Amino acid sequence: MSDSYENDGKAHEQYIAEVLAQYPEKFAKRRKKHLSVAKAAEVEPDAPVGEEGPLLTECEVKSNIKSIPGVMTIRGCAYAGSKGVVWGPVKDMVHISHGPVGCGQYSWSQRRNYYVGTTGIDAFGTMQITSDFQEKDIVFGGDKKLDKVIDEIEQMFPLSGGISVQSECPIGLIGDDIEAVSRRKGKEIGKTIVPVRCEGFRGVSQSLGHHIANDAIRDWVLDKSAEAEWEAGPYDVNIVGDYNIGGDAWASRRLLEEMGLRICGNWSGDATLAEMERAPKAKLNLIHCYRSMNYICRHMEEKYGIPWMEYNFFGPSQIAASLRKIAKHFGPEIEAKAEEVIAKYQPLVDGILEKYGPRLKGKKVMLYVGGLRPRHVMTAYEDLGMEIAGTGYEFAHNDDYQRTGHYAKPGTLIYDDVTGYELEKFVEKIRPDLVGSGIKEKYPVQKMGIPFRQMHSWDYSGPYHGYDGFAIFARDMDLAINNPVWDLFDAPWTDGGELLAAAE
Amino acid sequence: MPQSAEKILDHGPLFREPEYQEMFARKKACDGAASIDATALQSEYTKGWEYREKNFAREALVINPAKACQPLGAVFAAAGFEKTMSFVHGSQGCAAYFRSHLSRHFKEPCTAVSSSMTEDAAVFGGLNNMIDGLANCYSLYQPKMIAVSTTCMAEVIGDDLHGFIGNAKAKGSVPEDFDVPFAHTPSFVGSHIDGYDNSIKGILEHFWKDNPVVASASETINIVPGFDGFCVGNNRELGRMLDLMGVSYKLIGDAADQFDTPSDGEYRMYDGGTTIDDLKAAKGAKATLALQHWNSRKTLEYAGSVGQETASFNYPLGIRATDELLMKISSLSGKAIPEALRLERGRLVDAMADSQAYLHGKRYAIFGDPDFVQAMARFILETGGEPVHCLSTNGGKEWAEDMQVLFDSSPFGKDCKAYAHKDLWHLRSLMFTEPVDFLIGNSHGKYLERDTKTPLIRLTFPIFDRHHHHRFPVIGYQGGLRVLTTILDKLFDKLDAETNIAGETDISFDLTR
Ligand code: SF4
Ligand code: SF4
Repeated sequence: MSDSYENDGKAHEQYIAEVLAQYPEKFAKRRKKHLSVAKAAEVEPDAPVGEEGPLLTECEVKSNIKSIPGVMTIRGCAYAGSKGVVWGPVKDMVHISHGPVGCGQYSWSQRRNYYVGTTGIDAFGTMQITSDFQEKDIVFGGDKKLDKVIDEIEQMFPLSGGISVQSECPIGLIGDDIEAVSRRKGKEIGKTIVPVRCEGFRGVSQSLGHHIANDAIRDWVLDKSAEAEWEAGPYDVNIVGDYNIGGDAWASRRLLEEMGLRICGNWSGDATLAEMERAPKAKLNLIHCYRSMNYICRHMEEKYGIPWMEYNFFGPSQIAASLRKIAKHFGPEIEAKAEEVIAKYQPLVDGILEKYGPRLKGKKVMLYVGGLRPRHVMTAYEDLGMEIAGTGYEFAHNDDYQRTGHYAKPGTLIYDDVTGYELEKFVEKIRPDLVGSGIKEKYPVQKMGIPFRQMHSWDYSGPYHGYDGFAIFARDMDLAINNPVWDLFDAPWTDGGELLAAAE
Repeated sequence: MPQSAEKILDHGPLFREPEYQEMFARKKACDGAASIDATALQSEYTKGWEYREKNFAREALVINPAKACQPLGAVFAAAGFEKTMSFVHGSQGCAAYFRSHLSRHFKEPCTAVSSSMTEDAAVFGGLNNMIDGLANCYSLYQPKMIAVSTTCMAEVIGDDLHGFIGNAKAKGSVPEDFDVPFAHTPSFVGSHIDGYDNSIKGILEHFWKDNPVVASASETINIVPGFDGFCVGNNRELGRMLDLMGVSYKLIGDAADQFDTPSDGEYRMYDGGTTIDDLKAAKGAKATLALQHWNSRKTLEYAGSVGQETASFNYPLGIRATDELLMKISSLSGKAIPEALRLERGRLVDAMADSQAYLHGKRYAIFGDPDFVQAMARFILETGGEPVHCLSTNGGKEWAEDMQVLFDSSPFGKDCKAYAHKDLWHLRSLMFTEPVDFLIGNSHGKYLERDTKTPLIRLTFPIFDRHHHHRFPVIGYQGGLRVLTTILDKLFDKLDAETNIAGETDISFDLTR
């Protein structure tokens, strides 16, 4: 573990100043608030250490604010947060991309929420189902069409467990009443139909979409919990905010089962509607992606008295700490089993560290991801001896940046809602050994000769959660950084790009 | 324990391990989803004629469409011009989607800025977003031109691009004489190919409207390639053929370099593309040709209105389609088609003759944009194959009529049918009830390949799950050779796969085919 590194905070301050200089004055001022350098936290030496471990730095920047027009923000929209993140993975429901064809087409099968099921028959995850609005629907309203779409879904997919209506931009602008249609049709077909007001113009990023999606679960799914069939047990937990990217939730579920817990509901990777409905019968909510699902955890705490706990299944140090923390909640018997699990996997961890540690030690990483991973994966890299030079979030809130202080080392460059321009410049200046971000960032970075891994989709790999996932994570970071292609960039007859004397 | 440091298993093999399989079974036992029996029954049912009829009776629901929305086409179009930044006016999520979508296909950077309109803009309009957006885009990304398109949000609230851009210029967002062409691209009308058309037309209008140059002032021929995921290979191949002919031509929008920048340590945000000077001069061309008719109807109409001769094609793929393009260009330019091209043509015909025994009578389903489907069906007919199901979600009634004319022109077209405005779930029913040997389309077809076990040949946009295909041409005689080889590879691989069980099916596992 490379616990004890520090980044060059002075240089990072300088880079911030340089990128800001490029903006029109008014916007330089606004962007300035989103960029900073982590400062060593001032903590009393004997201040009590909370659940999260000691506070290392202050990483606070302004966040969750509207993006500036014209700057090439990397953010998406509320629809992406609801359909793409929260609802899309619920496998036995048909999710209608309600509106014109585009949004559903671009997000079709792109998040890699794995599931087991027969697609088109009893599962509908990797499908693009849309009401494909035409001009007349915009002019006369789309409620009639929605009505018919629902009937036709029943015809085509009689085994679906329910339907969700994922609103695209026009819905909220033309005054459709999707709630009324959903309520009426739900009664008619005898299935849950969930209207979701996640039009892309709401809020400032995916984040409000998460919130709206959570509220829709509260209002349209949990209201049926009382009737849910489930024999409650003492060790029932829900996995919340794990979308099973590349199978993450499965690699996590295995560990929890091994330590004697039973998974009541999984939200929402590989989930069924029934699993979501019965979730209030669990004893504890375990939340992985805090950003996208804390709302429903807070609600379940208030309404059903179910406590919730954040955990982190990236990398062995966090996994072990999380397993212990979770076990503590259930008492000595589970605690003993958790220790067994940790011990069982220790040889695997040792083997991975032995194999990859020497190849990755001291390598510098820059991250830019969604609302959780920019901090959650840091320790996984550090477990491999790597160092985090910069990190930032697309759609984090203030509480995320506070939590980041428990992970980031002093001098780390922090960038909120980074723009294409800023990220390119920061990468160019810092020249890290690896950048972890999204598909839009991948190719520009690689063109500069810097290795890259997509950290939303796991670059078509995964899982990265749990011990099984850590092995894959380590392998992937190694193959990205240590591939020979990076040494082939310069043609041998040129010197740093300039043609040698040969010219004349 | 399935995982070990020596042999690391990722999702593919990992989840087939017994530990995971048992866990899946435990979960399935109490997940409340449909039972295994019900699933099997329904699964069978969806393969039959009764389900097909219900499927084709759909009027509102669209399942797995093969089309995207207008502004995607506009972003693609803008990538064809020198140092041009796409500016998508409306909500920002769309711009993120367009960029991802194009990047996933090309495996290349794709840039576009958004005016990031939010709830307040929905109420008050997006004027301020335009003013600020243009200013920021101009100072950060230093483009030579900013091409504006719209998302449905801006269209629904009725933002007026012309007025907004004028306003922004008056406020000094960009200099008065800076080029900001625009196009309204409502996504609830047409598809990405219409967005492409609107965008190209908007750009031409911008540069031609008050331009004193008159049509036919030069011998140049303008060529509008259309929305083409294979632009990298195709535009270069087209250029090569026209250079061989010695024709003076200009591509109106050429994204080949933009979507194929080298890796040498430098990230080029902009590369290649038609220059502004060429665009201005293009008004003096003698003619404007469109390689993809259904992508360019408005553009051609506009070119015609300034006095240029116009003609359109349906993607010059295969023998006769390429012949027609070259002959048209020859007659317009007065330049003969050189012997070198006649020899190339002969080589493609030679290859087709060599392989005809395998291709004759093969049945295909083809889906994609209307011009592609038309071209592909035509080529299949040339090989003696039958393009039985030809489906285009964004093809219309006129397209279907054209397709029928094509089918009627060949004895191999007898049992073929075109399906306009239909989606891939319709195609699923077609393929189950009237099976074919091969499916030609894009990556989305892989779900049909899985369900119907019909091998998929990926030959059109978007291709997400295979790499680099778009770097090689599919048009012209050289492209035809490549298409032919791709089909044959699939065919022979299938033949081998069906005959490779030792002692059982390997009687026909022939060394020479
Ligand atoms: S909101 Fe409209 S413009 Fe945006 S992706 Fe969806 S359909 Fe296309
Ligand atoms: S982990 Fe990040 S990218 Fe994934 S859902 Fe949560 S916020 Fe989004």
